[in-house]
Amino acid sequence: MANKLIVSLSPHVHSGDSVQKNMYGVIIALVPALLASLAFFGLGAAVVTLTSVAACVFFEWAITKFILKREKMTILDGSAILTGLLLAFNLPSNIPMWIIVIGALVAIGIGKMTFGGLGCNPFNPALVGRIFLLISFPVQMTTWPVPGQLTSYLDAETAATPLSIMSQALKSGDASILSQLPQSMDMLVGQTGGSMGEISAIALLLGGAFLIWKKIITWHIPVSIIATVFVLSGLMNLANPVFAGPVSQLLSGGLMLGAIFMATDYVTSPMSHKGQLIYGVAIGFLTVVIRSFGAYPEGMSFAIFIMNAFTPLINTYCKPKRFGEVVKK
Amino acid sequence: MKTFRIGGVHPAENKLSAGKPIVVAELPKQAVFPLSQHIGAPAVACVAKGDVVKVGTKIAEAGGFVSAPIFSSVSGKVNKIDSIVDASGYRKPAIFIDVQGDEWEETIDRSETLVKECDLDAKAIVEKIKNAGVVGMGGACFPCHVKLSPPPGMVPTCVIVNAVECEPYLTADHQLMLEHPEEILVGVQLVMKAVNVTKGYIGIENNKLDAIKLMTEKAVQFPGIEVVPLKVKYPQGGEKQLIDAVIGRQVPAPPALPVSVGAILQNVGTMYAIYQAVMKNKPLFERVVTVTGKSLANPQNFLARMGTPMQQLIDACGGLPEDTGKVIGGGPMMGKALMNTEVPICKGSSGVLIMNMTEAKRAEADPCIRCAKCVSACPMGLEPYLLSTCSAKADWERVEKEDIVSCIECGSCQFTCPSHRPLLDMIRLGKSTVMGIIRARSAKK
Repeated sequence: MANKLIVSLSPHVHSGDSVQKNMYGVIIALVPALLASLAFFGLGAAVVTLTSVAACVFFEWAITKFILKREKMTILDGSAILTGLLLAFNLPSNIPMWIIVIGALVAIGIGKMTFGGLGCNPFNPALVGRIFLLISFPVQMTTWPVPGQLTSYLDAETAATPLSIMSQALKSGDASILSQLPQSMDMLVGQTGGSMGEISAIALLLGGAFLIWKKIITWHIPVSIIATVFVLSGLMNLANPVFAGPVSQLLSGGLMLGAIFMATDYVTSPMSHKGQLIYGVAIGFLTVVIRSFGAYPEGMSFAIFIMNAFTPLINTYCKPKRFGEVVKK
Repeated sequence: MKTFRIGGVHPAENKLSAGKPIVVAELPKQAVFPLSQHIGAPAVACVAKGDVVKVGTKIAEAGGFVSAPIFSSVSGKVNKIDSIVDASGYRKPAIFIDVQGDEWEETIDRSETLVKECDLDAKAIVEKIKNAGVVGMGGACFPCHVKLSPPPGMVPTCVIVNAVECEPYLTADHQLMLEHPEEILVGVQLVMKAVNVTKGYIGIENNKLDAIKLMTEKAVQFPGIEVVPLKVKYPQGGEKQLIDAVIGRQVPAPPALPVSVGAILQNVGTMYAIYQAVMKNKPLFERVVTVTGKSLANPQNFLARMGTPMQQLIDACGGLPEDTGKVIGGGPMMGKALMNTEVPICKGSSGVLIMNMTEAKRAEADPCIRCAKCVSACPMGLEPYLLSTCSAKADWERVEKEDIVSCIECGSCQFTCPSHRPLLDMIRLGKSTVMGIIRARSAKK
């Protein structure tokens, strides 16, 4: 026995952290938002979530087994489940199942496995799926059910969302349209139209607090996005009241979901804290610009997508501060 | 509470042997002294087969300025000068001495009385330390007198004593402080005198409250010496991290020395050895060693003679457990896995750690998910994921540009990696290759 010692280099201990722990940690953090959407959209939310998760896990399994022909199966590491959940959260709760399956195929197939699987994708897979669907099925992707219809799915009644009200105000140049926006309190809780997982800001913030507490993410990306949107839209609102105020901007659309869960995706966000701040500020800026001047009412997903593309560049130029580095004057 | 500013991790402390009194280990039957127990040139043997030596007899001369002499820890007869696989895993020349009795050199003061007054001047103190073979006892084993002789133009402003013991499991320094606080403080005073400064700090992590209390009480009689409690964070015992934690100054990138920000660093065990060398004429031939591990029957702290095989200390703790997977010389973060347990205790042996099979095995590596936890953990502000990938691709130019030589090999990145990637293995490869390239370049000039 004694002559068979393991010899390896230090360190000889490990924190016990694992990919699974991080992925399931994010999934746990999404539970409050999932409960909120079940409470507001009932059956529709359940169908969309289950379809999306099942389809993503299935495609990951099928591609690993039949196309990549890898021995090691990765479906249990939680990343496919997470992509499925995030994709579902980005869809209206009355979207047909076949569209969800296409979205899942694009997200996992094109967004992730084409590049080699976990850790290699340049863009957030769930976002790839969402943007593909948004461009391919603009009607289905932009009619959102009114919350509270717990037993309806495809037949749910639809209505304008806060973002479409904002965009209407901008197009007509009439600031009084903004008075149709729901109360901030309702938007905070989620009593408003929108994609199934993005409506309840408070549930998403709760999940974000959990992620930071568990050290799964750091504060840099979400805080810099939220602060940038707040300041920029605040200034624009002061300059011209036709632009919605900062609080409605923050509580509407996919902003909280994007800032806390989509932009912080490990694989596609910068590595250094400095880089993360630049990335966050740029996402916040692009979001407000697209929302205010673009063709689409929502800019969050495009903003994150664009900045995903800049992540390698940011990593090249934003180095962490080295120990003992002399500040050049 | 003070601590260093960049990165760091907090491994489970597992100080199983904390509070266990220092037990004098039994004499070995044969003591083995590798000639390279320090950084720098190996020592040169000055005894031959058949020579009779006493405890404290010099058996090897320093092999240069950056080197240290070696003294016998036992009395007996030189059996042979051969080689042995030491903690580094390499076969190195060593002196083997068969133990007979326990006869000490007469010059050594073996009394327990505390001697405080020293009328030697700075030069004489350094000379005495040098001639007693004292090296840094925290693990790096840098010859002590070299640190106490700063290069021209560098002016030390303070002495910082490393009593952090940030490695999990190890308690040797902790117990030494509890049992010999005054000797350590006299040692600090001697070093302060040797480098002509008036300020001395003793950095102790906050998980050793009894030592902080005792040292603070005793330090009152020693003007200029201050105990600095530090927040528990690994690798606070790294010299650059400790200087940052205690005096808030960061040593620039290599080749800058700690003295470039005015600090002279010594481990607390070294301070005790300095006291004994200067005040008691006792060269360095024994040290405190923690022998520990979760499946070990009775983890303990020993005062062991150099050259004692580690197996003997393990036996004194209840023997090597059945499920042993790895035996580590030092702590779990930076210690070296040993090939066998016959490796002798050397000047830098702070601990022997036994890990069971389950603890000893590394988990299978997953793909990098770019979570940036290694970047947050790195105490030197480097990007371990990048250094590791580029080293694996043998892109030496890139890793040199990314400051790979600043890496202190603390292992925080690999410890924290959720994908269990062997980051430090690759970085070590890159670092040693780049250092070779740099040496070759400067040799050409």
